[in-house]
Amino acid sequence: MYFDSLQAALYMDGHGAFVWAAYAITFIVIGLLLLTPERRRRRILRELEGEARRATGAPQSPAEGA
Amino acid sequence: MWSFFHKLGSPPWLYAISGSILRWLLPITLLALFVGAAWGLLFTAPDFRQGNSYRIIYIHVPTSVVSLAAYYIMAIAGAISLIWRMKMADVAMRATAPIGAALTFTALLTGGIWGEPTWGTWWVWDGRTTSMLVLLFLYLGVVALYEAYDNKEAASKACAVLSLVGTVNIPIIYKSVDWWYSLHQPASIKFTGESAIDSSMLYPLLLMICAFYALFTCCLLMNMRAEILQRESRTGWVRKLVASKGDS
Repeated sequence: MYFDSLQAALYMDGHGAFVWAAYAITFIVIGLLLLTPERRRRRILRELEGEARRATGAPQSPAEGA
Repeated sequence: MWSFFHKLGSPPWLYAISGSILRWLLPITLLALFVGAAWGLLFTAPDFRQGNSYRIIYIHVPTSVVSLAAYYIMAIAGAISLIWRMKMADVAMRATAPIGAALTFTALLTGGIWGEPTWGTWWVWDGRTTSMLVLLFLYLGVVALYEAYDNKEAASKACAVLSLVGTVNIPIIYKSVDWWYSLHQPASIKFTGESAIDSSMLYPLLLMICAFYALFTCCLLMNMRAEILQRESRTGWVRKLVASKGDS
């Protein structure tokens, strides 16, 4: 490791706030990029499952209620 | 060869193959991003002139490079969907736009954060930054244009035309640092001749560029899978897929 201590790595001779903020924002964007399509895909699958259940008539899960 | 292209146009095949690709590509991508970031942040020496702020290069350059590459993908997919009316090309074009926008946004933002401690300014209206801002608006334009139409077939056509027209911006971005020499430094990595960067800094940078290409591929496949499900929700194979999920 280049830095002597955790403090030095966080401070980076005054540039730490900029560098760590840039990395933090980038990883937040990466997280959103990966989570958004997966959540959309799961939501569509859930909706289609619900539609299929309604089409066959009998509610198969108690969560459906009625 | 032709049967491969034929398969490429088949939604169930694309959905299945992208699922099995993602199963191994996604973990590798995340690992590479993590290793590359740690390497760049903690295990390289600071730049002799810029100090530690240069460490932003390990995310700034990869996001910029991939945001440009993504535009090629979007424009080529748009051209294919215009010329051959290939459904899956249209899906690919629309799946690329939000990813490209996010990467361009990140490139601009990290550039600004790099600029402030290093050159004393968040933003300059020079060739490179302005043409990258235009790239961001092109991506957002494609997203917004599609939403603006009720007739989705017309929307796809308009988006394809917009993305093709926007390609004039790409060589401008590439050449901007040579045409208008300003605050933004010229390219450090050259494929021909000596790179203006030490190999101890070059290796983590190359790793991060590969990682961001892989990340783009993952996001593209994931977006396409969601879009394919939505479009094909009335077809037999999706019904079967949903039914088999219900059993398990």
